[in-house]
Amino acid sequence: MTRAVPLLALAAALAFPAAFTLPFPRHVMIMIFLYGALAVAWNILAGYCGQISLGHAVFFGIGAYTSTLLVARAELSPWLGMAAGAALAVLVSQLVGYPVFRLRGHYFAIATIAVGEIVQTLAINWDWAGGARGVFVPIKRPDSFANFQFHQSKAVYYYIALGLLLLALAVTRWLERSRHGYYFRAIREDQDAAASLGVHVAREKHRAIAVSAALTALGGTFYAQYVLFIDPESVLPLSLSILICLVAVLGGVGTLWGPVLGAAVLVPLSEGTRVWLGGTGKALDLVIYGGLIMVIATLQPAGLMGLARRFRRAP
Amino acid sequence: MSLLTVAGLTKRFGGVVATRDVSFDVRPGELVGVIGPNGAGKSTLFDLITGFTRPDSGDVRLDGRSILGFRPDQVACLGVARTFQKLRPFPEMTVVENVMIGAFQKTADVAAAREAALAALEAVGLGDRAGAHARALSTGQRKRLELARALATAPRLLLLDEVTGGVDQATVPALVRLVRELHARGLALIVIEHNMRVIMEISERIVALQLGEVIAHGTPAEIVRDRRVIDAYLGEAWRA
Repeated sequence: MTRAVPLLALAAALAFPAAFTLPFPRHVMIMIFLYGALAVAWNILAGYCGQISLGHAVFFGIGAYTSTLLVARAELSPWLGMAAGAALAVLVSQLVGYPVFRLRGHYFAIATIAVGEIVQTLAINWDWAGGARGVFVPIKRPDSFANFQFHQSKAVYYYIALGLLLLALAVTRWLERSRHGYYFRAIREDQDAAASLGVHVAREKHRAIAVSAALTALGGTFYAQYVLFIDPESVLPLSLSILICLVAVLGGVGTLWGPVLGAAVLVPLSEGTRVWLGGTGKALDLVIYGGLIMVIATLQPAGLMGLARRFRRAP
Repeated sequence: MSLLTVAGLTKRFGGVVATRDVSFDVRPGELVGVIGPNGAGKSTLFDLITGFTRPDSGDVRLDGRSILGFRPDQVACLGVARTFQKLRPFPEMTVVENVMIGAFQKTADVAAAREAALAALEAVGLGDRAGAHARALSTGQRKRLELARALATAPRLLLLDEVTGGVDQATVPALVRLVRELHARGLALIVIEHNMRVIMEISERIVALQLGEVIAHGTPAEIVRDRRVIDAYLGEAWRA
């Protein structure tokens, strides 16, 4: 992507809340940033390192639950909870990594689904953490940055979500340009060949999932502070793991901007159908997602980024 | 002292014996050829040396120290590089990026790795293809790429699995010249090769395998006169 496009996009994103003062357009943008950040984080492990995880809701849920429980049960700042959630997600990712990284390809993906289901079942049956009923984030007044709650306007949430996305992009960019980014891609292409050249495959995979899990957990804490209620069905479902994957795949895996592009297309679609059709949108958004994914997979397997690249090459 | 010692390596896959009690050694700077019909255990031998497969019994020693049970990347870091019979480029990475993966073994710096990779590509005559995707290369170019990648790790011992296999006849002399050059610069090599003219010409010693066992071991001149090698592999045309 040429340098001007991201800079213009950033300027537009910064100015957006000034131009759109109603809650709904701001909400849609916040969701684009959040899902964009989640997809960018997922992309580090799956797109660059080639380890297709369908269990990333686990890290999202850890972020959401850690901060929420620390606020609700121990009166700790959500910002501390955010850091604790990211740290816990890293720890869990490292422990889970030992067994699941022994598997390759589809077997790895299936194992991550199993991990996700296990964690969701544990959360449902853990009464202290709210069980299936979930947990409310205690309402704090007045609005303040320290409380991480803003009831008057969505503008602050907007900029925090944008910050999250920019952080995920910056980390990805930094990894892309470091030795580890090259290692990740080599592992994706052929892990045995990478090992024969001295790449410690297991260590690099653990590195990739650690970064990916931490960023995903930050998103989980943000979600909890934004919605102020979490339960296993909203922050730990398999459908969330799959959605994160879809956003990245639609946009283009293994590219910096692909996941952001995917979120920019899919989130308005899902929010739009929800508004037009009421309730959860009668799951029409998922039907459209499915159709889109099929079209993309058939015509342009590199995702929207592949499409963009094709346009740029054309005279 | 020998650089590499292979001592009594035995590996079974189910009921099939891939290698049985294989022993030989490689001295620093030496070029050892490995010959044998398909299924003789040549590639398995490479997998056993480089940690991709664990032997059922026997030992592999580098500088006299056992490297048995080391992971492939650990073996690589000790200065043993290899190529694969079935070529394994990183197809969606560029040629120079492919080689940088090897170069990172000597430097963590991306710019320095790129420079080292470009030098390795020049050495194998692939410098003009540095920016292309690996998937766009011909088989002969992929062979060179794999060689460059292995060389970029700055190995002391290089294991080449079929230098000329699958390459058109016109490219063979250049690849052979390249191997000779590497050897002349003091690199120790173990080379698996089916082209008898090539292997007889470049090897200082040859190990002949059949059905996983060493049936002969000696200089090229000794090997071509060996009754068992002629019967198992070379055929009557090679009888001196």
